[in-house]
Parts: sequence; C-alpha cells; structure tokens
Amino acid sequence: MSEEPGEDEPPSFEERLKAARGRQGLDAPPPLSARDTGDMGGMSPWGIGLRVGVELVSALVVAVAIGYGLDRLFGTKPILTAVFVLLGGAAGILNVWRLFAPRPTRGPKVQDGGR
Amino acid sequence: MAAGGSIDALGQFKLEPALGHIGASVYFTQANLMMVVAGLLTFGLLWLGMRPRAMVPGRLQAAAEMAYETVLGMCTETIGPEGRSFFPFVFTLFFFILFGNLLGVFPLFFTFTSHIAVTLALTVFVVVLVTVVGLRLHGWHFFSYFVPQGVPAVLLPLLVPIEVLSYVSRLISLSVRLFANMMAGHVMLEVFGAFVVMLGAAGVIFWLPAAFSLAVNVALIGFELLVATLQAYVFAVLTCIYLHDAVHLH
Repeated sequence: MSEEPGEDEPPSFEERLKAARGRQGLDAPPPLSARDTGDMGGMSPWGIGLRVGVELVSALVVAVAIGYGLDRLFGTKPILTAVFVLLGGAAGILNVWRLFAPRPTRGPKVQDGGR
Repeated sequence: MAAGGSIDALGQFKLEPALGHIGASVYFTQANLMMVVAGLLTFGLLWLGMRPRAMVPGRLQAAAEMAYETVLGMCTETIGPEGRSFFPFVFTLFFFILFGNLLGVFPLFFTFTSHIAVTLALTVFVVVLVTVVGLRLHGWHFFSYFVPQGVPAVLLPLLVPIEVLSYVSRLISLSVRLFANMMAGHVMLEVFGAFVVMLGAAGVIFWLPAAFSLAVNVALIGFELLVATLQAYVFAVLTCIYLHDAVHLH
C-alpha cells in the first residue's frame, strides 16, 4: 500500500491513524469477528453440545416455573403449566436457532450507519 | 476424601466459616474469602503491573496491558462503539470470574463459581443491567425487541411470549453454564483423586490402575485451566452480546 517505493519505512501515518481510530471504535469498526461467529470459534464439540443442552433446558425450566406459578396464582392447576411447557420448548428451540443462525440474515437494520 | 470407602464428591462444595470466630459470627465463608482474594488479585495485577509505566513493558505490565486490550477489543467489537462505556463492567465481571475459576484449580482453595447462588446472582445483575440499559436508551420502544420483524400480526400472541421466555431464559442458561462447568470439573477431580487413594490402598495389583487415575487427574487439571478461562470468556462475551442487543435492538 506504500505510495513511495523509495522509502522503506513502517506504515504511513494515515494508515496508523486509521488503525488506531478503528481500535478506539471512532470509525465504523471492521467486520465483526466475535459476534459473526457467535462465540463458537474456539469451542470443542463438547462445549457446543453442552451449550445447546443448556439453552434448550433453561427455556423449559423458566417456562415451567412461570406456568406453575401462574397456575397456583389463578387456581387453574394443569392448564397454564401445559401451555407454558409448549411455549418453553419453542423458546428453547429459538435459543438454539439464535446460536447457530447465520448472523447477516438477521435484519439488515443492523448493518446501517450506526454500526 | 474417601471416607469409609465411599467417594464424597460433593463435600468439597460445603461452605465453612473462614477467619476464625470473627468470620463465623458474620457468616464470612471461605467462598467470600476467595471472592475478596479474586478482587485483590485483579486489582494487584493492574496496580502493580502498571506501576512502572514503562514504554517497553515488563512481564507483569504486558499482562496487564493485554488484559485491558483484550477486554476492550471484546467490548468494541461485540457491542460497537458504545461498548466503551460498558468496558469497566465487562472487565470487572471477566476478571472476577476468571480469577475465581483459576483459584479453584489450586489445592485447598475454594471455587466460588461452583455455587449456583453466586453465578445466578451475577447473571441476575447482568440481565437487570441489560434491561435497564435497553429501557434507558429506547424507552418504551425497547419492548419492540420482543416483537419479531416481518411476522403476520396473527402470530404475534404466540411469538411474543416465546420471545419473552427466550429473553428470561438467559438467567438460567448463563448461570447454569458457568456453575455446571465448574462443578463438573471439580467433581471429576475429586472422583479420580479418590480412585488414586482407594486403589493405592487396595494392594500392589491395583497400583497400575491407580497410576492411570493419577495420570487422568493430571490431564484433568490442564483441562480445568482451559475450562476456567473459556467459561470466563464465554460469560463476558455473552454479556457483551446481550448488551449489544439492548443497545441496538435486534
């Protein structure tokens, strides 16, 4: 990228300024790394498996807790728990989908000037 | 460890009062003590590391600078330019968990991150902070986060509760992930450690399997170091991702 072939010097001031601004987050940052790949980059299959399991189960646990609580509140014993189990399962699958979904397809709004 | 021929794998997580009578009277347990130690170590790394203020850093200063720049990079890359304002929080969180995890690998030390009470408290703090940040930046518009885009209005009564549940389930997934990883590792260490003692005491024929258990334990310690760092990193990165979602909505 050096315009002066005669000079054998480190990257020009402009380049270094650009790099520094990028590091400080003053310019639009370079393509995202940690977020694009999720945080699955350095993860072992064990880690991925554990994460998927935790995501699935945690949504279910929260849903059952809410459903059971609402049931006790309203005295509609099994109905709300059953409904929330279904919702919780769906939320768990949504969590797993979020984990593996290709990021760029999630809303082009993200890519606009703000980022 | 192997009292009465059975393996007491969970006894290691029992809380005991630390610091003698004073600690016992205010329920200051060894977990609290390790939290204080983790905080002091983080503080010490930065304070002692940055004291020389050398142009060419020494080892400790290089470590302190690397710690700073890694977490800052994590914040700005994941959250965006606004990430700088969350840097102190993420840095504190990351190093508190990292030192907590790493201290637990040493013998006779206690892993406070192996208690779900601790990890859940941290997670509640993160989720409440994310929600407050979202509400402050976007006001009522924050709740559009729970409404997926491009979906027929008929499906919204079904999808909004699912989104809300998915949001709330972060509480469990974030805390259980850290807690389960730390606890499982220490249970494995305890079990194989007990194998070494029990097989070693059982007779000369069992010395080979005992040596194998010891080798597994050595490998497990290395694995624990990896898990300790990775889980602290995952916790911090997920916090950043949640903050990103709160700042940018979708």
